[in-house]
This record gives sequence, structure tokens and C-alpha cells, in this order.
Amino acid sequence: MTLSSNPAPLSIPVQDDMAAGNTDTGTPMIQVESLSKTYRDGFQALKQVELTIRRGEIFALLGPNGAGKTTLISVICGLVNATSGSVKVDGFDNQTEYRQARERIGLVPQELTNEAFTTVWDTVSFSRGLFGKPKDPRHIENVLRALTLWDKRDNRLLELSGGMKRRVLIAKALSHNPQVLFLDEPTAGVDVELRREMWEVVRGLRDQGVTIILTTHYIEEAEEMADRIGVIRRGELVLVEDKATLMQQLGRKELTLHLSAPLEAIPAALSGHELSLAEEGHALVYTYDVAHQQEGSGIAGLLADLEATGIRVKDLHTRQSSLEDIFVDLVRESA
Amino acid sequence: MNLQSVKTIYLAEMARSLRTVLQSIVSPVVSTSLYFVVFGAAIGSRISEVDGVSYGAFIVPGLIMLMLLTQSVSTASFGIFFPRFSGSIYEILSAPISYFEIVIGYVGAAATKSVILGLIVLATARLFVPFSIQYPLVMLLFLVLTAVTFSLLGFIIGIWADGFEKLQLVPLLIVTPLTFLGGTFYSIDMLPPFWQAVTLLNPVVYLVSGFRWSFYGSGDVSIWASLAIIVLFLAAALMVVNWIFRTGYRLKP
Repeated sequence: MTLSSNPAPLSIPVQDDMAAGNTDTGTPMIQVESLSKTYRDGFQALKQVELTIRRGEIFALLGPNGAGKTTLISVICGLVNATSGSVKVDGFDNQTEYRQARERIGLVPQELTNEAFTTVWDTVSFSRGLFGKPKDPRHIENVLRALTLWDKRDNRLLELSGGMKRRVLIAKALSHNPQVLFLDEPTAGVDVELRREMWEVVRGLRDQGVTIILTTHYIEEAEEMADRIGVIRRGELVLVEDKATLMQQLGRKELTLHLSAPLEAIPAALSGHELSLAEEGHALVYTYDVAHQQEGSGIAGLLADLEATGIRVKDLHTRQSSLEDIFVDLVRESA
Repeated sequence: MNLQSVKTIYLAEMARSLRTVLQSIVSPVVSTSLYFVVFGAAIGSRISEVDGVSYGAFIVPGLIMLMLLTQSVSTASFGIFFPRFSGSIYEILSAPISYFEIVIGYVGAAATKSVILGLIVLATARLFVPFSIQYPLVMLLFLVLTAVTFSLLGFIIGIWADGFEKLQLVPLLIVTPLTFLGGTFYSIDMLPPFWQAVTLLNPVVYLVSGFRWSFYGSGDVSIWASLAIIVLFLAAALMVVNWIFRTGYRLKP
């Protein structure tokens, strides 16, 4: 199934009872303050995490396995007790005002967990009731249609494929009109097509004003989806930044010069430039930082110096580093 | 109180019992009826009266108690163990409900089912043996208190168990033996003095005795002792459940 064949990919009226919440945009959707978590075995999963999630954004929490992504989400959603620190959801403390806080949250867990013998319709309706909302078959129908589960509504969960089960979990999380949706590794072990479809679902929800927090270790996913990105490593939030700024700030460019004749070493005349040899001397790689270089990229000077030393350039190309490079750099630096 | 949420859990649990009606309703009724046929009609006809009632009638309250205890424990323990086992417990724990409301939903459904089963078995027993109930309200009170208490015990077991083996362990190795040795099939007067004393340490004796008192106006121990024990049990179970939720034991790391 492709997206184009899906006429109305998303029209979930998730916002119909938003009026009850804090609609003033000054209150952040999620406010995490000096949050720490040490498990009973002494493992420190979160260290003094400070995080503010803005209303209506898609926030990607990026980090390697075991970095603390799921623990952070679990503490916010009330599944794991924090050791210290506080969490506010739409201004409500998740300990002292847990009813108001949790009501606003929809959680899609990483593991495909569900009661195998119930039907899709029953399990999604159950979730709505569990969150204290009165029955609303129209809303459930909309959610199921939007997630292309409508035809499967009477199937038992054990009859569904993995991708379908994941969508059932999303439907359950959306059943009670949450204002903020947590997606823990939404596309782990999901094929490319379904992943695209999932992204479309997420965008559709964001367009309706739902704040979305997703964890992922696919950089591609964060790059494709997120408005802001947080990088977590060993329980520490090492960076939170707008995706665009992040890519600009840390985005280094690489100019590769393919040489007509191989070099054994970089000539002394070129030592003023940030150069390295590649491809066994057949190429020179020049790295430069677009944002931080005050007097331009320095390419003109390099080319002039090359000309002067008589090195002939056969071809050249530039490459902007992707979020993946940035991420690998960050994780390496803080290792 | 978040009534909508409590109702949702309660109804989902009741629906689970109905979905498995053969296993959860028909089978306990059939197996208890077999006891009536074998012990009440076949063997019972060769045994003289016990405490002034026919043997068949004598064992009715004890057998209902036996079924009530095992069913309450197994329904409630499985009800909370299964979401833990499948992982879907995350939804319950992240819902805007208090622990107390979670307990009302699960334990309420398990206890309701046990009380209904108890009444069905009671009606079935009437087909095999003639008996009357002197204090129907006391009988109902015992039925409900016992069902709630042992559903709470089942809930605790369902949280404590980390596998199916442990889930079966307590019902098989503790609840059933205690019930068999709890005066279901005999009056404790029939035991030698030493074993009479030992038997009085078995809490189930007090439950069976109190329940039998509501039928025939006499029991092994006084009705007040029976009531005191069941209330004590209930309080203890509530304290443990309260501790579980306060500490997050096996639920929240």
C-alpha cells in the first residue's frame, strides 16, 4: 500500500476537547527539571536531565541503545518512579496532579504488547474508557480509519501482522484524544514502506496540534521528521537544538579534490590549509565549516595555492555532513 | 474517583470470564457437583449425621467455600498477571487512575465472578441434597467477604508471581490443602485433641465454620471468631496491596 493510494491518510479529530486544557501557549507541553533515575541495581539511567518540550512540535530523542531514552519517556508517563527531579505535563505535576498530567498523554510503547484474544475494536475502546473518557464510537472509527485498521476492527489481535499491531498500539494511544503523543521507537523493525506511512501519520497528527515526542536510533528518522532534536547519551542530555540550527552549526562541508597524479605527502606549501590525503594519495580532502568561517570558505585561496604548487586537479565534489555524522561526532566526543 | 476507568477495567475483566465461559464458569460448577454426587449421595448415605444434619448437607457450605477460595485466587491472580506477562500493563499504569481504582476494577470483577459461581453451585447442590439456610443474609455476607478477601490475595499473588509456575503454586500448595484440612468434609470434633488444636491454626477452618453456621446455626468455632478472622484477613490483604503500590513492588522500577 502506498501513501498516494490512501485518499485521506489522516483526519483524526484528536483536538475536540482541547478546550479543557491549558491553551495558553506560554505553558510548555512538557517541563522536565533536574530529573535523575538510579535503578535498584545502582545503574544510573538519567542524570540531571533538563528538557522543555514546546507545544505542537515534533521532538526527536536520539541516542544509542541503552542511553536512557525509554527511561526518560517512562518517567514522564508514570511507568518508572524518578529518583529526583520533577516532570510537569501541560503545567500539571506528574506526581501530585497525575490525573490531569496522564490524561493528556498517549503512549505507544516500543514492544508490541497486547491482549491477543481481544478484537481491535474492543482493545481501542478499552483504552479510551481506561483513560476516563466516555464512549465515542465515532472517534474510534475515525482513528481506526486513519490508521487503515477499519477493515480489521473485528479481528483478534493475534491475527494481525506486526505492522498492524503497531498501528493498533497507536490507535490505543490516540483513543482518548491526547495532547501529547510519545512514540518509543515507532519504526524499529518496520519495513521501509510502513516507516514512510508511520511518518505520514505522525505529520498528520502534528498538523492537528498534537505535540509529538519520538525516540529513535535511526538518524534518518530524526532528520526527516523532527523540529527539534535532543541527543541523549549515558543518561545525559548532551544537546537539544532546532534541527536546522543543529545541522547548520555543526554542519561541516567537505571538498574532495581528485588529483591527476597521486601525492605521497601534503606539500609544505599547502600546510596552511586543513587538508588530508585520501584514496591512497589520489585525492585531497579539505574540510571547512560554513557557519564559523569568517573570511569565507577558504576555497579560493586553496585553489590558488594548488595552482602555484603545480598540482593538477582532475575533478572535485563537495559534501555536506548529514545528521548522522553530527550524531556520531557528538557521541564520540562525549564518550 | 474515576468511575469511567474503574467501570472499564471491571467490565473488561467480566467480559474475559464470559469469553471463557466453559473454563471459568462451567468447569468449577461441574467439578464441585461431582463432590456432591460422590461424597454427598454415594458415600454420604453410609455416614450418619454430623452436627445434627445429614452428611450430604453438612459438606455443602465447605464445598462452596473450597470453590470460592480457589476461584477467587485464580481469577484475580490471572487477571493482573496476564497484562504483566504480555506487557500491556503499561497502559493501566499510565492511565489517569489511582492504585485503589485499579484494585477495585480487578478485585471487584474477580469477587463478583466468585459470588455468582458460589450462588450457582449453591443452587446446583440443592438438586442433589436437601438443605435449608437459617441466616441467608449472614451467608451472603460471608460469601462476599470471602470472595473479596481471596480475590485480594489472588491479586497479590498475580503481582508477586514472575512465571506461571508461581502463579499456580499458592493455589495448589496452600489454598487447596488448607481448605481440605479446614473442616470441609468433617467436623473438627471428630479429630483427636492434638489435631483439633493444630487445626485451629488454619484460618480456613474459621471461614468454613462461619459459613456453615449461617446454614445450620452451628459451627466448629463461634460465629464471632469466624467474622473476626475474615475481617483480619481482609485488613492484612489490604495492607499488603497498599504496600505493593506504595513501593511499586514488581510494577514500577
